[in-house]
Amino acid sequence: MSSTTANAVAAPVPAAPGGAGRAGHQPRGAWRGRLVAATGGAALLGIAATVWLGLWVTPPDVYMGNLVRLLYIHPPIAWVMYLAFGLAMLSSLGYLWPRTRDLRFDRLAGAAAEVGVVFTGLTLVTGSLWGRPTWGTYWTWDPLLTTTALLFVLYLGYLALRRVPGEPEARARRAAIGAVVAFVDVPICYFSVYWWRSLHQLPSVTAGKSYIHGSMAWTMLLGFVSFTLAFVWLVVRRYRLAGLAQAEEADGLALALAERRAEGEADAVGRPPGPAPLVEHGVGLR
Amino acid sequence: MWRDAALVAGKDLRIEWRSRVGLNQVVPFAVVILVLFGLALGPSRRVLAPATAGLFWVAVLLSAVLAVQRSFAVEAADGAGDGLRLSGLDAGGIFVGKAAAVTAQLLVLEVVLGVVAALLYAAHLSGFVMLAASCVLATAGLAAVGTLYGALSAGSRVRETLLPLLFFPLVAPVLIAATKAWQAGLQGRPGSGLGWLSVLAVFAAAYLAIGTVAFGPLLEDG
Repeated sequence: MSSTTANAVAAPVPAAPGGAGRAGHQPRGAWRGRLVAATGGAALLGIAATVWLGLWVTPPDVYMGNLVRLLYIHPPIAWVMYLAFGLAMLSSLGYLWPRTRDLRFDRLAGAAAEVGVVFTGLTLVTGSLWGRPTWGTYWTWDPLLTTTALLFVLYLGYLALRRVPGEPEARARRAAIGAVVAFVDVPICYFSVYWWRSLHQLPSVTAGKSYIHGSMAWTMLLGFVSFTLAFVWLVVRRYRLAGLAQAEEADGLALALAERRAEGEADAVGRPPGPAPLVEHGVGLR
Repeated sequence: MWRDAALVAGKDLRIEWRSRVGLNQVVPFAVVILVLFGLALGPSRRVLAPATAGLFWVAVLLSAVLAVQRSFAVEAADGAGDGLRLSGLDAGGIFVGKAAAVTAQLLVLEVVLGVVAALLYAAHLSGFVMLAASCVLATAGLAAVGTLYGALSAGSRVRETLLPLLFFPLVAPVLIAATKAWQAGLQGRPGSGLGWLSVLAVFAAAYLAIGTVAFGPLLEDG
């Protein structure tokens, strides 16, 4: 186990501080940093273009009028939510599978779940903004809405579980099991809410077919692409940040151990049973 | 594995029988919740009687968290958890045993609570087979998830607040399905609750399976 930790901690360190700034030293890291920056820039431009096309260029809908403009952001945001939780689930399985066990999978799962929770919140907000004028209410106990709300609290719990301190491996294993346990609940939840509400209404999103105007379709597609790019950029940045935090934690521990050891050696002349409890204290503080 | 499960369940139930924490504290707590619901909703029978099933199951969910916390508090004291880890018992067996002990305690609680709910909310307890079957299946699911999450949050300092946050959203399907099954039973048409029983069975089976596999690695962490 200790060798994997060393690898996982050591691997991102050369690439991470580089980013776009220290281009000269690390050719490979710099190339990667530029790619990430380009993704972020493309996402920003894409979202700006979606806003422009969505608000000014595309025509209002025959039935929904200007409300249809939410079509360009609400479905893409919901899609990113599914993408994020799917990625979190896959990387948690990657961590649990003994052959691919690596703390990088754990960090990826954490990054994806965090971004996923943000996008779930955005899905709920944009959805209820849309629901108020079209359905006459901010909230209705529709299977998709209810499952999304439960998904939001389920993964808030998962993030809380990730923040519980502990040894990196133990923490990663707990988090990965928690992710699997939460993910299995999603289909059961959806079907039970669906049956619960089956007498009242069909899922609002899949009911009925709609025809879509050319420029509207293109704008929606652009929305999907640019929100996906934004998702990739956020996850990569968050993943790197988690790697740096872990490296800093390990460095800090090594530093604290060295300091305590030096103190212990200095004190050793005076007080023989010195360093042991101090070191334990240092570990506990994390 | 089954022998180990029986050993662990027997141990937990013996501890409970000698300390009677569940009987003296968790059952009264659940009754208090039923009284509070009555106060919150008012004395009208027309409001309370149809809500009986839902209120009963919310009270069970709240008590289940306490039962699970108690089940792991027992292991935290005096290094009992380390003893269990070093005992060489099968990890899946330990999981099944602890879940079975929680199930047994909750079933006793549900019997008491069912009678109290019938008295307080003036509901007729008809369709006994449906009520009992949904109790067994729902409680097995609750105990499986509770034991799994209890072990996940056991070592941490924030376990009292973490467990409910993890537990309640996850058991939302159990609340829906068990309430529907109970409503079907109470309204005297148990046939319409069979679909909900299958939801409860799928939930219990899924989490018993995950727990049996995942408990080993969780136990190692402590």
